[in-house]
Amino acid sequence: MKPFTYARATSPAEAAAAVARTPNAKFIAGGTNLLDLMKLQIETPAHLIDLQDLKLDRIEETKDGGLRIGAFVSNSDLASDARVRRDYGVLSRAIVAGASGQLRNKATTAGNLLQRTRCPYFYDTNQACNKRKPGSGCAAIGGFSRQLGIIGTSDACIATYPGDMAVAMRLLDATVETVRPDGAARAIPIADFYTLPGSTPHIETALVPGELITAVTLPKPIGGTHIYHKVRDRASYAFALVSVAAIVQRDGSGRVAVGGIAPKPWRVEAAEAVLPQGAAAVTPKLLAGAKPTHDNAFKVTLVERTLAAALIEAKG
Amino acid sequence: MDIKSETEVSRRGVLVGGAMTAGLAAIPAAAAPVAAQQERPMTMPVTLTVNGKKQTLEVDTRTTLLDTLREHLHLTGTKKGCDHGQCGACTVIVDGKRINSCLSLAVMHQGDKITTIEGLGTPDHLHPMQAAFVKHDGYQCGYCTPGQICSAVAVLAEIKAGTPSHVTASLTDAPRATNAEMRERMSGNICRCGAYSNILDAMSEVAGTNA
Repeated sequence: MKPFTYARATSPAEAAAAVARTPNAKFIAGGTNLLDLMKLQIETPAHLIDLQDLKLDRIEETKDGGLRIGAFVSNSDLASDARVRRDYGVLSRAIVAGASGQLRNKATTAGNLLQRTRCPYFYDTNQACNKRKPGSGCAAIGGFSRQLGIIGTSDACIATYPGDMAVAMRLLDATVETVRPDGAARAIPIADFYTLPGSTPHIETALVPGELITAVTLPKPIGGTHIYHKVRDRASYAFALVSVAAIVQRDGSGRVAVGGIAPKPWRVEAAEAVLPQGAAAVTPKLLAGAKPTHDNAFKVTLVERTLAAALIEAKG
Repeated sequence: MDIKSETEVSRRGVLVGGAMTAGLAAIPAAAAPVAAQQERPMTMPVTLTVNGKKQTLEVDTRTTLLDTLREHLHLTGTKKGCDHGQCGACTVIVDGKRINSCLSLAVMHQGDKITTIEGLGTPDHLHPMQAAFVKHDGYQCGYCTPGQICSAVAVLAEIKAGTPSHVTASLTDAPRATNAEMRERMSGNICRCGAYSNILDAMSEVAGTNA
């Protein structure tokens, strides 16, 4: 790791202002992704601002019957919360499908949303990567791309967003609450939170420099059967090749979001309209415009089959 | 070592150093970090309670909890495997929860209570999980064992507390310490000798006696 100074923030607005005014500063929450990247010198912050004293570690009920999840709530605590298990089962299921018990104890809600891609070319500093070093090229295109994206990608980047939790958050129409360096708060619908790579794959979210996530809110529960079906190379502790989050109602209608295939959790509301007709009807609409590589073309079929499995599971 | 060989070593050192400097000078300025970088190592004081004993140290901010335990406090039971949170050899229990000590900075643990393998039991008074690992031969080379044992102790506590896992059938019923539950929850601890089935036997025995 490169040397850095370290301080603890005492208020969210102060933390945001401090990161905005300090050259090369970063927030640190659980640290499980950031420290990994710092050891590899993919991230080289000169100053870290630790958020653990901000008391953002509570889950509270909102006025309209939803939940406000503090940015610092650990993945374990969120998955274990009785209200989440009862009313937002897909969120619990998605979280426990990811990482290991040790990592989930330390990783936070906001940190999980902001985790970086696991594209092997992003991780290898000897390779060209437009996300790691803008303008350097993309070694993944034409490289080993079995795990990489099939939709939403660009000529500059085919990396995927790797997480599970955010797929469930997208399905649940969560809202990301933030504070900006000028102290103003805003709420970003999760549908608008992640940006597609285009020609600027190093920009991954709608956050402005220094903007701090303070909470993620969930609207009131919508009932239905909650499923998170993850397909990966190992039975546990591996990133998804394809994952499907679904909420299915008794009449067969519902919602679907897919992980492991795109630079963000992938959800197409128009495709959900044909959910009662089954996976074969949904998938062409969900993956319209997909550009798989030779190595990862199997993911197109895998999405349909994983969705079919999820729908069977939903019927019980 | 005689004087002549010492001279040779230092001469070689100078030559290597000179070549490296020349190499660095040839790298264009574009390779320099785009924004400000802290040039010198920074140190900070931190106070931790490790295995019941309060410890105050001055550490480089970059020092992980793992390196603090091993290199500063000489508690070498906790092992460094991958140093990237993938193998679980560095697992310790912080404020009752298991974490990868390699992916946490010491300065993030001001005031925290840390339990390492040395704090679970002693050779004369083994923790029940340590005794069960010995009885069931839950290891071969032993390198991953301290992490496996810390994780195993925490896993049984997590099941007791009702924390769900990927294989828990119902999210609203309390999980039980079944073989499938324990296997899933131990997936962050790798054992390349493959002692997994014996580790499961040891955990089952402790879960049974605690039930």
